[in-house]
Amino acid sequence: MGIFRFFRSRNEDASAKVAKDRLQVLIAHERSDRSGPDFLPMLRKDILDVIKKYVDVGDDSVSVNVEQQDACDVLELNITLPEENAGNITPSAAARKRAAERRAALSGR
Amino acid sequence: MTKTIVVTSGKGGVGKTTTSASIATGLARRGFKTVVIDFDVGLRNLDLIMGCERRVVYDLVNLVNQESSLHQTLIKDKRLENLYILPASQTRDKDALTIEGIARVMHKLKKAEFDYIICDSPAGIEKGAKMALYFADEAIVTTNPEVSSVRDSDRILGILQSESKRSKMNEDPVKEHLLITRYNPARVKDGQMLSVDDIVDLLAIPLLGIIPESPSVLESSNAGKPVILDDESEAGQAYSDAIDRLLGEAKPHRFMEVQKKGILKRIFG
Repeated sequence: MGIFRFFRSRNEDASAKVAKDRLQVLIAHERSDRSGPDFLPMLRKDILDVIKKYVDVGDDSVSVNVEQQDACDVLELNITLPEENAGNITPSAAARKRAAERRAALSGR
Repeated sequence: MTKTIVVTSGKGGVGKTTTSASIATGLARRGFKTVVIDFDVGLRNLDLIMGCERRVVYDLVNLVNQESSLHQTLIKDKRLENLYILPASQTRDKDALTIEGIARVMHKLKKAEFDYIICDSPAGIEKGAKMALYFADEAIVTTNPEVSSVRDSDRILGILQSESKRSKMNEDPVKEHLLITRYNPARVKDGQMLSVDDIVDLLAIPLLGIIPESPSVLESSNAGKPVILDDESEAGQAYSDAIDRLLGEAKPHRFMEVQKKGILKRIFG
């Protein structure tokens, strides 16, 4: 086995490189979570819940950032809609169910 | 002027107590009056590493609750004149500590003219760890070259920057030092372990020292003798270098490269 290890390229499958890459992404993400006010993660979750009521989006589709510009703080909201729905937003399952119930109630009258 | 240094990490088992014991011992050996406090209430271990486990009478919780005096509670080290140990309680839990109570203890230690107060933090980011770092002027963040340890160190740096007394009072920030422990240059060379450069890059704080993985660390803790007193061992020498840097001396880092074994060492190991 030793001889195979000797010839194996050292950098391409080096696990330390993988470790560093993973940590770089993770630490950047966790730092951004704690750099803003305490309520940002909760705000982000609430906004995500509201959007999910209407559109099928992934858990990481909402980003909330606070940036300082001169004297004021700017709250920046970024919502990414699923690509396959570009120009044709599909309502979420929950939204479809509510609509169906509404229609059923209307037609039953 | 008393300086308070917390030894912290977030993650457990990375060498906080080993480091606290050696840093305190190293400072005392340079002539500074030093006390090392075990903040791990309920799971005390600093007494074992310092070799004074049979001399514990009163503990930090007694002192906080004013059930014992400073003089009664501090254990004087048998090897060094200037060194004192303040053990944690083994029977209580972390809720027994309060900021006000610790503040009283810190005030007493300052009045007793200690040069250095070393706070050995428990693992985690709960109350005990937050108490240990609250009064810190400087922090030694102990990190293993391993993903979970690096991540937790970054987390604890965030807490130092937002929940220490210095940050809450808008004073100068806590001075941060990175101490990499259990470093194995051979594995780094093979690409199996995060390198010093990788870790410094990720955490972005100044490097205080690199402690190589060394059998003498276990042997020293077996004997109840801080590894810094083992002048023969690489780990002991690396801690000694770290003390020099802590005191402001510029010293090149050692033990980053694979040591070439001589022919005799290869044969006799």
